Amino acid sequence: MTLEMFFQHFLNALQWGSFYALIALGYTLVYGVLLLINFAHGDIFMVGAYIAFFIASFLLGSYSLQLPFVLDGNTIFVITVIITMVVTSCVGVTIERVAYRPLRKKGAGRLYVVITALMCGLVLENGNLALLGASRKSFPELIEKSIYTIGGITFTNVKILVIVTTILVFILLETIVRKTKLGMAMRAISYDSVAVLLMGIPLDVVIVFTFILGSSMAALAGVLFVTAYPVLEPYMGAMVGWKAFIAAVVGGIGEIRGAFVGGFILGFIEIYVAAVFPSTLRDLIAFAILLLLLSLKPTGIFGIARAQKI
Amino acid sequence: MLKIENLHVRYGNIEALHGISLYVKDGEFVALLGANGAGKSTTLMSIMRLLPPVAPVVSKGTISFKGVDLLSVAPHHVVARHGIGLVPEGRRIFGNLTVMENLKIATYARKDSGQISRDYERVFSLFPRLSDRKNQRGDTLSGGEQQMLAMGRAFMCGAGFILLDEPSMGLAPLLMQDLFRVLKELNESGTTVFVVEQNSHIALKYADRAYVMETGYIVMEGSAKELAKNEEVQKAYLG
Ligand SMILES: Nc1ncnc2c1ncn2[C@@H]1O[C@H](COP(=O)(O)OP(=O)(O)OP(=O)(O)O)[C@@H](O)[C@H]1O
Ligand SMILES: [Mg+2]
Repeated sequence: MTLEMFFQHFLNALQWGSFYALIALGYTLVYGVLLLINFAHGDIFMVGAYIAFFIASFLLGSYSLQLPFVLDGNTIFVITVIITMVVTSCVGVTIERVAYRPLRKKGAGRLYVVITALMCGLVLENGNLALLGASRKSFPELIEKSIYTIGGITFTNVKILVIVTTILVFILLETIVRKTKLGMAMRAISYDSVAVLLMGIPLDVVIVFTFILGSSMAALAGVLFVTAYPVLEPYMGAMVGWKAFIAAVVGGIGEIRGAFVGGFILGFIEIYVAAVFPSTLRDLIAFAILLLLLSLKPTGIFGIARAQKI
Repeated sequence: MLKIENLHVRYGNIEALHGISLYVKDGEFVALLGANGAGKSTTLMSIMRLLPPVAPVVSKGTISFKGVDLLSVAPHHVVARHGIGLVPEGRRIFGNLTVMENLKIATYARKDSGQISRDYERVFSLFPRLSDRKNQRGDTLSGGEQQMLAMGRAFMCGAGFILLDEPSMGLAPLLMQDLFRVLKELNESGTTVFVVEQNSHIALKYADRAYVMETGYIVMEGSAKELAKNEEVQKAYLG
């Protein structure tokens, strides 16, 4: 591998890892608060991508109902991102309301909640399949792609956008979780939810906020993903979701830094493995490395041992 | 201020309180004494309106606070709106947060930032040891320091009425005295205190009045002085 190629892959890996990191965040946030693995989260990413598709198409004037004015691509992109994050958050919060909260109030065991999450994901996938059919959709190009070459390394504006956004999200979330009272409440709930109530904190509000954060970041990942790879299909969230979940665990589930580091590690492994070996070996080698990492540090890179998991 | 009348509560099908009545007046220091399993913690959790499975369900009777029916109040509002703070059994410090964060999280529902900063100063002057450990994680504190933090936290909730569940548990006699002196000091500056204890000697030394509980009934009440003198009581119910 030449040095040029190395840096080229480096940039690609940063982008690829960004998607995993943004999705892993949702797993880690919900786990950090409820000790629940929200297996519907990968499909929230898919839902986000689809919502973005419909909003972008509408704003572009592809439907019979149209805006009375014409917007340029960049504006449409920004509006699409914002609306998609809001609507997808509503989907995430709805799942919490109708599926997880009733179980929580009844004191249901962990296993039941995890299975419920898994089923919610399947309902989203198959609901989409039933509603829209199996055909793929292609996401319209909103941002005009510009390609730059510096020192033999080529990159697009979209790639830079993805990477920079992810870094900003990381800083934002670390600040929220470390510095604000809401963030403290999020960390405290998993430690002792009764004591959180005794501090006069409404548990449900904190939990809803957590789902809003996680779902909106999955939505952001969805929009960015289809902007970079403009193909949508109902199962697009399944494999990416599983991998992001693994990334969250490898990084140390429950820790924001863990989600980002885990996401980037997975991104780097996948890109570099694919660069050296035939692409059919990619997942095999990637998962083998992750298995090794976990056996070396079973709590994940930033995780601390806790009495109960799953 | 707080008035409990004919309170019956149950865990599932098992009744834990069989019609207790008690009151705490504004500014008082009242103790609730009793042996293991008497129903002391159950009484406090009922006041805080905590929900099953940790807390019982009220099947009969009333709890009112400053004229408001507490039974229809949500648990976080008991603290945030009515200013009742609980220092729970076993302290329940957030071990994954620092000392400062433990105090800060208690101000979650408060808006009076000027008073909040005065309250921090008050907590650190009452418990200088906490001030040296501001950035230490809660789970690295000693038992005594955790008890101080739990008390500081209840105070930071802005509570004018503080309930404590066996604050002396597991503490050395000297430290116990210190903590009760702090409680007395808080009480003298206007905070109403309702403390649950098995250690009747220390509780009766500081309290104005006391109730004695046995297996879900209140079996005796009176001024702390009288109860402390009454040898029969001492032998029958208290250690
Ligand atoms: N969560 C619960 N579920 C079922 N029963 C409970 C629960 N908590 C307490 N009890 C029962 O209620 C009764 C009163 O318990 P409680 O904890 O109020 O006693 P206590 O006076 O606080 O005792 P201690 O001094 O040991 O803390 C006991 O018989 C106990 O077994
Ligand atoms: Mg008790």
